[in-house]
Amino acid sequence: MSEAARMPPAAATPAPDPAEAVLEVTGLNTRFATPDGEVRAVNDVNFTVARGETVGVVGESGSGKSQVFMSVMGLLASNGNATGRVRFQGQDILGMAASKLNRIRGSRMSMIFQDPMTSLNPFLTVARQMTEVLVQHKGMGERDALKRSVEMLDLVRIPEAARRVTMYPHEFSGGMRQRVMVAMALLCQPDLLIADEPTTALDVTVQAQILDLMQTLKREFSTSIVLITHDLGVIAGLADRVMVMYGGSVVEEGGVRDIFYDPQHPYSAGLLQSMPRLAAGRAERLVSIPGQPPNLQRLPPGCPFRPRCPHAFDPCETDDPALRPIGPGRAKACHLDAMP
Amino acid sequence: MLSYTVRRLLSAIPTLFIIITLAFFMIRLAPGGPFDLERPLPEQIMQNLRAIYHLDEPLVVQYGLYLKSLLAGNLGPSFVYRDFTVAELIASGLPVSIQFGGSALLLALIFGSILGSIAALKQNSRTDYTIMGGAMIGITIPNFVTAPLLSLVLGVYLGWLPAGGWGEGAIENKILPIVTLALPQLAIIARLTRGSMIEVLRSNHIRTARAKGLPERIVIFRHGLRAALPPVVSYLGPATAALLTGSVVVETIFGVPGVGRYFVQGALNRDYTLVMGTVVLIALFIVVFNLLVDLIYGFLDPKVRYD
Repeated sequence: MSEAARMPPAAATPAPDPAEAVLEVTGLNTRFATPDGEVRAVNDVNFTVARGETVGVVGESGSGKSQVFMSVMGLLASNGNATGRVRFQGQDILGMAASKLNRIRGSRMSMIFQDPMTSLNPFLTVARQMTEVLVQHKGMGERDALKRSVEMLDLVRIPEAARRVTMYPHEFSGGMRQRVMVAMALLCQPDLLIADEPTTALDVTVQAQILDLMQTLKREFSTSIVLITHDLGVIAGLADRVMVMYGGSVVEEGGVRDIFYDPQHPYSAGLLQSMPRLAAGRAERLVSIPGQPPNLQRLPPGCPFRPRCPHAFDPCETDDPALRPIGPGRAKACHLDAMP
Repeated sequence: MLSYTVRRLLSAIPTLFIIITLAFFMIRLAPGGPFDLERPLPEQIMQNLRAIYHLDEPLVVQYGLYLKSLLAGNLGPSFVYRDFTVAELIASGLPVSIQFGGSALLLALIFGSILGSIAALKQNSRTDYTIMGGAMIGITIPNFVTAPLLSLVLGVYLGWLPAGGWGEGAIENKILPIVTLALPQLAIIARLTRGSMIEVLRSNHIRTARAKGLPERIVIFRHGLRAALPPVVSYLGPATAALLTGSVVVETIFGVPGVGRYFVQGALNRDYTLVMGTVVLIALFIVVFNLLVDLIYGFLDPKVRYD
C-alpha cells in the first residue's frame, strides 16, 4: 500500500443517515461447542450499518470478526450457536428458518469470501452459478438470467464476458474469480454487501483492482458495505466507519479518520504502529504487538487485551471494560480515560 | 476423447496378455487334469482324449495354440461340458449375470447414495449411527451367511418369496438373490458417499451456495452430490466388473444360471479352456469399466482433460 492509499480521503462521502439502519446487531453472542469446551467467538457485539455506509471491521485472525457476519448470514458451522438480536431492514433474522432466510440471503444481503479459488463451485460453469441466483430470487427464465449475468460480469470488468460466462472457475485467474464472486453477490442489487477479506488471497496489484471495483460500487449503487479485513490499508481507502475487534468483542469504534489519526484503544494504536511504512528508514524495525491473541475457550478475567497491553493498570486485571461512548460516533472498551 | 479411448484400449492389450499368460500356466501347474476321474479311464482312451485336446504337446506349444485360437476369437471347447464351446457357455450365462448383477448394482447405487447422503447431512445423529451401523453389518457379513438367512426367513418362515430356484427368471425368484448381491455393495457405497459428502458439505463452495440463498435441496443435489460422486464412481469400476461377471456363492445358493459358477466349477474340474474363458471375460470387463469410470470422471469434473 502506498502512503497515499493509506491516508483516508479528506472529504468523507455524504454522511449516511443513521436513522435508516440496514443492519442492526444487538447483544450478539456466538458460541461454538467443541470437544475441548465452549469457544466464545463473539461476545456481546452491538453495532448498526446505515444505508449507503461502508463499515470496516478490523482485527487479527481469531478476533471473531468473520463469525459476527457468519452469524448474521446464518452460515455458522453446525456446532455454532448465535444468540442476541439481528435486524435486517427492521426484520429479525437471527435464528430464522433457513427457508425464510433464503429469501434475504443472496438477494437483499449478500456475502463474498476470502478465498476465490475455492469459493466458486469447480463443477459448474460460471453461467450456471450466476443464473441460479436470479432464477431463485427474481424468478427469471434462464435466458434473461444469462443476459443479466453477462451484464454484471461486464460491469465488474471481466473482458469478453459473454464468452467467458460459459467457462468453469478453473479457467479464471484468482482476481477474475473474485470479480465473478463480486458480480454474483451484486446480481440482485443487494442493500448490504458483506465482504469477508475480499483481497487477502490476491496479489497486490489485483487487490488494488478489486478495491477500485468496490469503490465504484459504493459510488454507483449506494450499497451498504461491510468490509472485514486485517489490512488497515484496505479499510483506509474504503470505509466511512471502523470497528476494531479483539478477543470476540468490539474494542473501539469511530470514523475512519478518528481511528487512523487518533486511536483511543491501545490495541488500535498497536495495530496502526505495526503497519509497515514505505517512508520509514531502512534501519527501522517492523513494530509488532507482543504476545498472542487470547484463547477464546478460556478468556481470562478482566480486559482480554491486558496481557499484551503496554498501559495496563489495576482495574484491567479484574474488570472487563464495557464499550463506552467517548465522543460523537466514537466508543471504546478501555479503562484508560485518554491514551497516554 | 475418442483418441484417448483408443489409446486406453490399446494399452490394455499388454495387460490382458499378461493376465492370460499367468492364468494359462497357473491353472496347468495345478495338480490333476480335466479327465482325471474317480475311476480312472482306460489308458488308451486317456491318450486319445489328450491327443484331441493337444494336452500331449509341450506346454509352450499348447500356449501358442491357445493364443492363436484366442486371436481368431475362439475360446475353444469346454473339456468337461462336452458338446459345448466355452463361448456357448458364456453366452448362455452372461445375459443372466448381467441382468442380475446390473439390477443389484442399480439397487446398491440408488439406495447407497441416498442413505450415505442422509447420514452425511445428519452427521453424528442417531440416524447417522443407525445407517452406518447397518452399513458395517452389510459389509462384514459375508453373502454365504446373508443368502441362506434371507432365504430361511423370507422364504421358508414367512413364505413371502421363493426360498430358491430361478423359476425361469420370474420376478419373485429374482428378488432375494439380487438383494443378497446388492447388500454389501449398497453398504460400501453408503459409506463412501457419506465420507465424501461430509467433506464436500464443509467446503467453501457449499458455503457460497448457502450464502446465495439457494434452497437446501439445490445446495445438496446440484452443488453437493455432484462434487461428492467421484470417489463413488471410481469404486464402481471394479465393482461393476465383479457384479456383472457373477457371484459364485449367490448364484449357487439361489440356483441362478449365470457365469459366476462356471469360474469355480471350471477351476475345480480343471476345465482349462472354461477357466481361461472366464478369466478373459473378467479381465475385459475390468478394463472396460475402469475406462468408463475415467470417461465419467470427465463428465463430472470439468478439470479432467483427455489429452
